Amino acid sequence: MKKRDIILAAALLFIAAFLFFLLPDKEAGEEVRITVDGQLYGVYSLFSEQEVVIEQECGKNILYLGNGTAWMEEADCPDGYCIRQGKIRRAEQTIVCLPHKLVIEVIGQNLSSDAVAQ
Amino acid sequence: MGRKTAYCAVLVALAMIFSYIEAILPIHFGVPGVKLGLANLVVVTGLYYLSPSEVLLISTVRIILSSFLFGNGVSFLYSFAGGILSFFIMFLLKRKKGFSVVGVSIAGGVSHNIGQICAAAWISKNKAVLYYIPVLIAAGVFTGMLMGILSARILPVILRRETGQKKNHTRKS
Repeated sequence: MKKRDIILAAALLFIAAFLFFLLPDKEAGEEVRITVDGQLYGVYSLFSEQEVVIEQECGKNILYLGNGTAWMEEADCPDGYCIRQGKIRRAEQTIVCLPHKLVIEVIGQNLSSDAVAQ
Repeated sequence: MGRKTAYCAVLVALAMIFSYIEAILPIHFGVPGVKLGLANLVVVTGLYYLSPSEVLLISTVRIILSSFLFGNGVSFLYSFAGGILSFFIMFLLKRKKGFSVVGVSIAGGVSHNIGQICAAAWISKNKAVLYYIPVLIAAGVFTGMLMGILSARILPVILRRETGQKKNHTRKS
């Protein structure tokens, strides 16, 4: 390993840390916005306990909502990454199911994140 | 020519075995979607003893075949974006003096992750996915460094074999 390798690694880690802290404060979310293939599917509250079934030709996802959190409970996508992404509760956190072109995104009261997402 | 074709085919097979190992035995770092990138070993080391076009060919064929065998159409698109971007970044960095194989591999790991997340943002038509970039850069530095250190140990063995074979060849002829 040469000196420049270490400089490169350090610079990249610095950029990562900088971007990480540059992102706006993530407050606890209020609602989730579900988009399928870039189209709005629906907006649901994080606090009314329910299961949202998102059924498409390519498959089915079941999203659990309640107590301020959301997680993917069931999915028949080939990789299952959306289930492994776990619980989300803060604004701008996402669960993505790429095979089904599905994005679950938490939105907070501060709607500035809308401008970013558009 | 025939020997080279066979050599490239063997390396594609090796890279596919690495992809397969990662598909059936994923090593998790607590971050979804982050992989070790074992198949990248073949590309990184290849840059040091094959021509760039051969490495690009091996990488592309590996991605096409392993996506069809162990992935799906969508995973092909983002693997391809990551693979091509990391190849060009590593190719350029290797030509710049002062970086060892570890630095080249780190740049490859990071650019692979960035290529994939950009493809993912484009496919899902959602820019919120890009919030994941800082985590993926850090993960790319870590996995790239691991693969680079491995490559630094593998390369002397390959290069010794390569020059050894050439010597044998000239002795025979």
